[in-house]
Amino acid sequence: MIPRHLVIGVAVLLVAALGMSLYAWHMRKAATSTVASSDTRPLAPPVAGPTERVVLFVAHDEDGSLRAESAQIPMPTGRQQRSEELLRALLSLYLDKSSPHVLGPGSDVRSVFLVDPGLAVIDLNSAFADTHRSGILVEELTVASLIHTVSANTPGILKVQILVDGKERETLAGHADLTGYYDVSAVNQLATQLQ
Amino acid sequence: MPWTKRSRSAPLSIPAVIVMSAILLSGAAPEKHLSVYSVVANYSLTLVQRDGRDYVGLLEVLEPLGKVSARSEGSRWRLRYNNVQGDFQAGKTRARIQGRDYDLGGKFFAENSRGLVPLSSLSSLLPRFLGGPVTLHEDSGRLFIGSVATHFTASLATDNSSRLVFNFTAPVNPTVGTEPGRLRMTFNHEPIVSPASPTLTFGSKAIPSASYSEGNGAAVITVNSTVPLIASFSNNGRTVTITPSSVAAAVAQNATQPASATPAVSEPPPPVANPSSPQVYRRYFAVVDASHGGDDHGETLSSALLEKDITVALARSLRQELESRGITTLVLRDSDANLSLDQRAIFANADHAAIYIALHAASNGHGVRVYTALLPYGEDDRGPFHSWTTAQHAWLPLSQSAASAVAAEMQKRQVPVRTLSAPLRPLNNVTGAAIAVEVAPQGSDFSQLTAPDYQQLITSAVATAIAATRDQLGAAP
Repeated sequence: MIPRHLVIGVAVLLVAALGMSLYAWHMRKAATSTVASSDTRPLAPPVAGPTERVVLFVAHDEDGSLRAESAQIPMPTGRQQRSEELLRALLSLYLDKSSPHVLGPGSDVRSVFLVDPGLAVIDLNSAFADTHRSGILVEELTVASLIHTVSANTPGILKVQILVDGKERETLAGHADLTGYYDVSAVNQLATQLQ
Repeated sequence: MPWTKRSRSAPLSIPAVIVMSAILLSGAAPEKHLSVYSVVANYSLTLVQRDGRDYVGLLEVLEPLGKVSARSEGSRWRLRYNNVQGDFQAGKTRARIQGRDYDLGGKFFAENSRGLVPLSSLSSLLPRFLGGPVTLHEDSGRLFIGSVATHFTASLATDNSSRLVFNFTAPVNPTVGTEPGRLRMTFNHEPIVSPASPTLTFGSKAIPSASYSEGNGAAVITVNSTVPLIASFSNNGRTVTITPSSVAAAVAQNATQPASATPAVSEPPPPVANPSSPQVYRRYFAVVDASHGGDDHGETLSSALLEKDITVALARSLRQELESRGITTLVLRDSDANLSLDQRAIFANADHAAIYIALHAASNGHGVRVYTALLPYGEDDRGPFHSWTTAQHAWLPLSQSAASAVAAEMQKRQVPVRTLSAPLRPLNNVTGAAIAVEVAPQGSDFSQLTAPDYQQLITSAVATAIAATRDQLGAAP
């Protein structure tokens, strides 16, 4: 015969263990959803420091145009970091739901490499390409916006390669070719056509 | 060793076997062939007999057409063509292609790593691998992959009823043979197809009739005559003129006296290769590419409306519009097939098409956008070899002219239009005029893209523009 006080003690312990498990499960779920919802933001923290006026070339789907818009953003001193900040400033516009050229949630620039002589490599994250809308014009607006913004603010760039997650990809979303190097002078002419 | 009754007869039987073999071989049927005609290549394969039927090696049929591999595992034989997998089993009549059963209509044979299928099965088996239609002339051993057929017309020359003129839709190079009362042209490599009636009659005493026949992988046109005939070629091999040899002799004589030359002798001489202007033999004037296809859906306009389906409809409509204007047209993708960007450019380049037109559809924007290539930062050409990534370079001004002509025609029809350059493959890989036409709805309702009226409005404008610039496009090397 098990003593009555022992049965009560075990039951209380079981109830306490079950309650704690439920609480832990609830907390974990809440933490996961917080991470998922915050994933739409740029991965790198914003740069602090002195701000600078730069020109961003912003795509507008409504009339299929690329328009120069000036912005005041904090800019680091390094050439490479400056290019990254330029593109992050551009992307912060596109990630806004009221943007004239909306990009998918989580789109970001992983890094920009400036390689001599005159080569810039823009490495996008996979969310950028995977969530991008498909279409010749909509894709080329994105590409032209990225390349023209970097080249206009960073002298000496002659060609640009766009990678996705550090790898070459055939197209951005089924149309814009990402397999080769973009000729900056040809993209500048395209930007003129798109204005 | 003393010979037994059986062994004594052996020396006598050996010569008998040799004699019998010689008799059998001398009367053996000639080797049978299958001629395969496709956009990529025309080639001939030897047929073999199994179970009293004609069989052909499937690997050999597919090899010139794309990336193909095969391996045997016991009685199983597996074939992979691009992304399509086929499983066959020796002695079985059923095969499994892309996970679906298929009846070959005869046993499958696996011999020395070769997979033999009945010839009759090709007409329904190949579309499963190639994703496009094929036409098999089983009795004559001729297989047409896609829209490759070369048609012809025959009529007496209006200025001289003793000359018979054959006009072909593509250059031809038949073997010409003559014998009393007839001239025979044998087409071993050309996808010539029969006219409406295999027997053609002409109201001429010298050349009363001609007939068309097919057999053992070749097409034959026989011209019946009462006088000796000769054949001459002109129009880049597209025209064959059959002339009585006496008339031809007079033509040759008169040709040396230009002042007295009559219209009857004004037939231009056969083409001579000009090193500064290489002769271009194009089977089709225009290559129309229905972009995307297979696993590549393009833009998903709605759950039931994919870009790849709209582009096929537009391509068919454009082919009809172009052909109604007398422009020979090849549609690269006429079904839901996977076709890589490189393959699309290779098809267009191999055919030396005067213009390549890629069709796209989009929900974004209004009206039509006409694109030419935005050339990448490319490598330099090496001698006669063009860099693949910038192969379009020499033809870009011509492409821009064609794009401008299409845009002007759209404006005439009140369709909003823009001309732009775009980083869009395979425009930069095409060695000829190359444009892409992206069709968006005129308003916000993208179901307009499936409306036949709207599609025809767009395609008729494109076709009219191409027809108007035909001379300029066709003159380009």
